[in-house]
Amino acid sequence: MLGYVFRRIVTTIPVMAVVALLVFSLLYIAPGDPAAVIAGDQASPEQIAHIRASLGLDRPFLVRFVDWVWRILHGDLGTSIFTNLPVSHMIAQRIEPTLSLMVLTLLLSVVIAIPMGVMAAAKQGTWVDRVIMVLAVLGFSTPVFVIGYVLAYVFALQLNWLPVQGYTPLADGFWPFLQNLILPAFTLGGIYIALIARITRTSMLEVLSQDYVRTARAKGLGFGTVLFVHALKNAAVPITTVIGLGVALLIGGAVVTESVFAIPGLGRLTVDAILRRDYPVIQGVVLLFSFAYVLVNLIVDLLYTVFDPRIRY
Amino acid sequence: MTASSSQELAIAPEVAVAPELPEIWPPVRRRRGFLGFVLKHPTIAIGGLLILVMALIAVFAPYLGTVDPTALAPARRLRPPSRDYWFGTDMLGRDVYSRVIYGSRVSLIVGIAVSAVACALGMMIGLLSGFIRWLDAILMRVMDGVMSIPSILLAIALMALTRGSVRNVIIAISIAEVPRVARLVRGVVLSLREQPFVEAAVAAGTRRFMILWRHIVPNTLAPLTVQATYISASAMITEAILSFIGAGTPPIIPSWGNIMAEGRALWEVTPSIVFFPAIFLSLTVLAVNLLGDGLRDALDPRLMRRI
Repeated sequence: MLGYVFRRIVTTIPVMAVVALLVFSLLYIAPGDPAAVIAGDQASPEQIAHIRASLGLDRPFLVRFVDWVWRILHGDLGTSIFTNLPVSHMIAQRIEPTLSLMVLTLLLSVVIAIPMGVMAAAKQGTWVDRVIMVLAVLGFSTPVFVIGYVLAYVFALQLNWLPVQGYTPLADGFWPFLQNLILPAFTLGGIYIALIARITRTSMLEVLSQDYVRTARAKGLGFGTVLFVHALKNAAVPITTVIGLGVALLIGGAVVTESVFAIPGLGRLTVDAILRRDYPVIQGVVLLFSFAYVLVNLIVDLLYTVFDPRIRY
Repeated sequence: MTASSSQELAIAPEVAVAPELPEIWPPVRRRRGFLGFVLKHPTIAIGGLLILVMALIAVFAPYLGTVDPTALAPARRLRPPSRDYWFGTDMLGRDVYSRVIYGSRVSLIVGIAVSAVACALGMMIGLLSGFIRWLDAILMRVMDGVMSIPSILLAIALMALTRGSVRNVIIAISIAEVPRVARLVRGVVLSLREQPFVEAAVAAGTRRFMILWRHIVPNTLAPLTVQATYISASAMITEAILSFIGAGTPPIIPSWGNIMAEGRALWEVTPSIVFFPAIFLSLTVLAVNLLGDGLRDALDPRLMRRI
């Protein structure tokens, strides 16, 4: 067990190294002269040269990469071109809303989607199954800001149940905090719920055709117990995999959801940085989110051993 | 029923007669032709029809009662939908209906181009890493790395470094989609490489390129077609998201994302500017996803319906 955990953690390091190299290389992959693009159309040659020097584009690739990695390892993500503040500082200021939104969405989606998928599998071929699957296709096809505007229009503007926009920190009370996050969480959760419900149904269908499910029923266990205890546990590995992979959708969706609901998080920071062409900030956010994504999937891999003790590579 | 029929036939009671069973199952009549196809694959038919309509709208945009989508008319700003302005006007007085109709062009072009570029690049990388062992480890680590960067963020970072244009949007989204295709193709190559027909081709002295072209590539086409539809669906969403946050198609070109971005500030007053492009975008993506689901079921009957 410990050996597996240790090996899995060690294999994550080269992945992170490749991610860091790729994020760093974007400056070189992008077509055209990034320094001129960042400086803007009215920039003088001196300004472009200044930007080029501040991005380090005037130094050799390898020298600059080693230097960059060294500074990241010390928690230095660079300095914003626009505000001259350290990027790590700007990220720290904005991380709470984004983290709250994503954790709430994750919990909400799992709590809604898994019972949906289990129901669809248990009632395979009936109208319950069809309705759930149609909802899943719709959730998959509706862009996140469309869900956001529809929810905001119905529940905030028309019914007046929830605030339209904004964010209240957790420190100001749990209910105001939650009130502001309910609509964004459902918005962000749409595609995620669809994804989890679909994979839950598929892997449940596979498990339900196994002999041990029939045995469990034959020895007199209730259908609910068999479904949620025996079958769901055996279907858990592909479901957790998809939950982990889907975090990429949450990260991408958070950028949009925060724009729709005016939440001052990392997504808004990114959007503001795009408009100001503040590349160091974008680079920092992309690197942070990618590392977080790799870590989430490491945790998912470690969870496999909980659901299926046979897994020991 | 058996009793009466045996009496009618007047057969001696000691002779056992097979009971005449009622017809429970009507004879199976296989429908063929167009109607048969529609009934067998309803999702392909519905999705395909919707996509066809969207494509026609995009091609014939100038003839659908539209005006110049970039024509400004400050005097009639923010009109609600009416008989003259079907979807209303935006804050610069431009006709939202015309903008939405012309906007379909950007979405369709991005959807088609991204799936073409991503499939071509991904196919090349997948074939290389499936057939050249020493290259496999390197290429797949790079692909793992690209997949670890959430695709929208990767596109955002690339767009921040380039000038906004439809071409750059296509490149940025394609790069994020390549690994999925490469992995799919590599998987097919790895499973086919050990098949007897490939061995036979090797034994017959077929050159490596011909083995790839004749025996491997055709077998990747079915799963690749399905993947290509899903890629174009997500590419259209990503393009809209990029344009929506101001990192995509330049504002001068009407695209659904741009129209929504411009309507964003005023959406509580005139929600129609946001809702009409939203409806078109959702319907198009839904159509492409339905087509993808249908193609997957049709091309791979071993898979269960609707995974």
